[in-house]
Amino acid sequence: MRRLLLVLLCLGPLVAGAAIDLQEFDTPAQEARYHALIDELRCPKCLNTNLSGSDSPISADLRRTVARMVREGRSDEEIRSYLLERYGDFILYRPRVTPATWLLWFGPAVLLLVGAVVIVLMVRRQRRAAGAADLSPEEAERLARLRAATDASRS
Amino acid sequence: MRRLALLLPLLLFVAIAFMLWRGFSLEDPHKLPSALIDRPLPAFSLPTLERPDVPVTKADLTGRPFLLNVWATWCPTCRAEHSELERIAAEHAVPIFGVNYKDDPAEAVRWLARYGDPYVLSVIDADGSFGIDLGVYGAPETFVVDAGGVIRYKRVGAVDRRVWEEEIAPVLRELGMEFDDLPAGAG
Repeated sequence: MRRLLLVLLCLGPLVAGAAIDLQEFDTPAQEARYHALIDELRCPKCLNTNLSGSDSPISADLRRTVARMVREGRSDEEIRSYLLERYGDFILYRPRVTPATWLLWFGPAVLLLVGAVVIVLMVRRQRRAAGAADLSPEEAERLARLRAATDASRS
Repeated sequence: MRRLALLLPLLLFVAIAFMLWRGFSLEDPHKLPSALIDRPLPAFSLPTLERPDVPVTKADLTGRPFLLNVWATWCPTCRAEHSELERIAAEHAVPIFGVNYKDDPAEAVRWLARYGDPYVLSVIDADGSFGIDLGVYGAPETFVVDAGGVIRYKRVGAVDRRVWEEEIAPVLRELGMEFDDLPAGAG
């Protein structure tokens, strides 16, 4: 009984590994492209998993499709647009630059710029305020005299 | 200028609140906006459950508006929507074509014999490649295709009476089909 359990436990990893589908490629470059693509394409059935990380049947189909197109020598761009035509922007984890995604792409840069402008304005205003406190030569002289007097009375 | 600067935090707050409200409450995150609406139905040439030796093409389906329903015997929701499809097929003039998606054809034929067959015919998409062309990501899915072969509507999930009355029938009506049995207010 115990031996049977041991054998079963040893078989476990084999079964777990069987979920990973094997794709064969002519060159290592093709394989690298395949992995890069399934990492950045999103599983349409899941909310937040890429094709490489998903066990859903549709992801397996799409992985097969991507592998086939890579083997056929299609470019990354062709493969992306093929899936884009069918599943829409949802499938891209790296969204396209369109008017709808401008906020997403350029929003952070715009916010940074706004922050920089605010800082520049604040610094300027502070300088101006400091400038207003500058003393005329006569006032400076008077201040120096007062300071000297105070120091003298203290010592 | 000063007053405008005072308003800035409020404007930012409103903008962020609007985006969060849209993102969290308005849209069902599981529902993909279909890329195929108003695009032609992808071309295909596939055998049917009825006649496995004679391939059917897109041209055989088009000519008048029709429904295209992606189904499989392994899909419990397909079973759930089946009676509604049968009702539509029995009561309305719109033809329903099936796409038997990644299924065992023999099993599918038995399934139709047992539960009834609302389809004019069901094409066999054994490896799911037509499904990929259709952007299918979960059966059942139902498309409304116009007479010219352009996809006008897509439903992911079961078709029930409400979906028929509020979503599918109005699209078909827009395509020129008449439904006398529905109350005028429906949809």
